[in-house]
Amino acid sequence: MTPSTIELTPTAEDRRIARHAAAAIVLTVAEAAIPLPLPGVKPGLANIVTLVVLARWGWREAVWVSLLRVLAGSLLLGQFLAPGFFLSLSGALASLVSLGLAVRLPARWFGPVSHSILAAFAHIGAQLVVARLWLVPHDGVFYLTPVFALAAVVFGLINGLIAARLLRELQAAQRPAGDPMER
Amino acid sequence: MRLELADWRGLLRPGDVLVAIGGLLVCGYALLALWQGGAPDGAVVRAGGKVVARVDLAAERTIEVPGPLGVTVIEIRPGRARVASDPGPRQYCVRQGWLTQAGAVAICAPNEVSLSLTGRAADYDSLNY
Repeated sequence: MTPSTIELTPTAEDRRIARHAAAAIVLTVAEAAIPLPLPGVKPGLANIVTLVVLARWGWREAVWVSLLRVLAGSLLLGQFLAPGFFLSLSGALASLVSLGLAVRLPARWFGPVSHSILAAFAHIGAQLVVARLWLVPHDGVFYLTPVFALAAVVFGLINGLIAARLLRELQAAQRPAGDPMER
Repeated sequence: MRLELADWRGLLRPGDVLVAIGGLLVCGYALLALWQGGAPDGAVVRAGGKVVARVDLAAERTIEVPGPLGVTVIEIRPGRARVASDPGPRQYCVRQGWLTQAGAVAICAPNEVSLSLTGRAADYDSLNY
């Protein structure tokens, strides 16, 4: 093979993002195997990774990880550019915006659990709007709002608790930067 | 990693609890607002086919409607309404009692008076058991 003329040197940040995104993609694919009673209600385990990255490395990296996860996850599941992909994407974008605002809340009072629940609500909100405008042009979509809202609270709480737990363990371990997901 | 309840509770910050409670409130509000289509919001009274009164169901009031046979008395209470008395011979509209569903109608045909409840989602004219 001829050596490449273009030299791409990934920075430590690039590697970190790739590693976190990989973890999130694994969770997305694993989650797709779980049968769920209602379409649209998912635990969203990959968001645990987003929350951890947000707390440890900031919003910008969380955006990268989240969007890479949506893209690669949809490719792996054969959903790329399918309706489900756009629902995921709109949910992820809304979540990221809400996370960007939520991290500004005083950390003494609001932790990963708050971030998680707020992002979950932004997620279902955006998805409902997209579904109403594009997929199911009928107000009947909103009949499911209470179910989605309950799922947002429950899974937001659980994911947030897991993220908070992971963050505490990571802090206790005091691993060197760049290796946070390997345990 | 041991999984103890108190351990997990220690991960919650005060604001987190508030956010969770707020989320549940949103959930409850959505439930009430979206899954309770049958609640009426107003009443329409007609005499001889013409609307003589259009009222909301917030305040108590009594409406007297004159017809060919005499005066029909309609009673409005918060969230419900009924025909309190009617000069008609068979009293169907009076015996129908309180109307509580959007779309419900009580018709006093001999006196040409009707009372109907309006609402966002009116499902049925009347329900009989």
